[in-house]
Amino acid sequence: MWVAVIALGVLAGASGLMLGFAAVRLRVEGDPVVEKIDAILPQTQCGQCGFAGCRPYAEAIAAGEADINQCPPGGETGIVALAELLGRDPKPLNPENGAEKPKMVAVIDERNCIGCTLCIQACPVDAILGAAKHMHTVIAKECTGCELCIAPCPVDCIYMTPIAQTIANWKWTYPLADTGARGSVEQAAA
Amino acid sequence: MINEYALILLSTILVNNYVLVKFLGLCPFMGVSRKLETAMGMGLATTFVLTLSSICAYLTDHYLLIPLGLEYLRTIAFILVIAVVVQFTEMVVHKTSPVLYQALGIYLPLITTNCAVLAAALLNVQARHDFIASALYGFGAAIGFSLVMVLFAAMRERIVVADVPVHFRGPAITMITAGLMSLAFMGFAGLVRG
Repeated sequence: MWVAVIALGVLAGASGLMLGFAAVRLRVEGDPVVEKIDAILPQTQCGQCGFAGCRPYAEAIAAGEADINQCPPGGETGIVALAELLGRDPKPLNPENGAEKPKMVAVIDERNCIGCTLCIQACPVDAILGAAKHMHTVIAKECTGCELCIAPCPVDCIYMTPIAQTIANWKWTYPLADTGARGSVEQAAA
Repeated sequence: MINEYALILLSTILVNNYVLVKFLGLCPFMGVSRKLETAMGMGLATTFVLTLSSICAYLTDHYLLIPLGLEYLRTIAFILVIAVVVQFTEMVVHKTSPVLYQALGIYLPLITTNCAVLAAALLNVQARHDFIASALYGFGAAIGFSLVMVLFAAMRERIVVADVPVHFRGPAITMITAGLMSLAFMGFAGLVRG
């Protein structure tokens, strides 16, 4: 009987030592899945998903607390990329979180700005420049179009404009899918 | 000798397929076969675990249990060895492929209780396999398992978009598909005589 107990004890002890050693060698720092999800998210930090920013949303997806269809700025492309990464089925954007819109930037109407700094505090990416009682302005290159600065502005001097078309961001327009347009094209060709 | 090893592989992969003929390891077969990628990942993880645990179980049996006359402790000793191997695999997968780790989720630690793994170890003892034969037997069983997983996942991906009658949708058609696959694999029994 003692032989059996000792044999099993030795076996278990050796296994435990081996696993302990492996655990030290193969330690994983942080959660790499969160990094990968975060890399797909558009980093607008807009909070439309219901979380404080892209990183918290990524953590919630990784933990299974949030669905993958809550990011309007990421749009369908983002959802498909997330579904691909996580091995889930893609699904349409949750309308509760908003609709997919073309990328915009905020512009401050500088004649009306009273220099209250409220929009500076609201901006998640520090894209607004200015000081108290001085005019503010938006650094267009840094602006993610999250619209978080619009609500706090007491004089409503911030509005969204589509990004101006330049050689750098111009894209070929998609072919029109609705039959009316195609018909008129065919008529024009005839 | 080579002939015997080839026969072991053929027998475990096709004729005595663990999933469809011996009905072992049905839990992951149903659980993680929804997507081809996860099914392949599960197949790979199980292949790793099955082969390694067959070898470890053989070594434990041959160098610890038999010399000490403790054959009656086989089941518990094998379960211990399998648990260790699975734990080790889990660490490796977590380190090398975090997405696969998340996709496999609870099914990865559940390989511990995958009866196919314990069955391979016990059947090895029963068949009096030597070291290489044990390893090949475990490897062949795992390849058979992976093969069936991949085939089944591919079918399920098609069935999801197929026009299945309402009452058969979901698990029902999955079970029917599994049954038909099993019937098909029974056909391999004619491959080897006796």
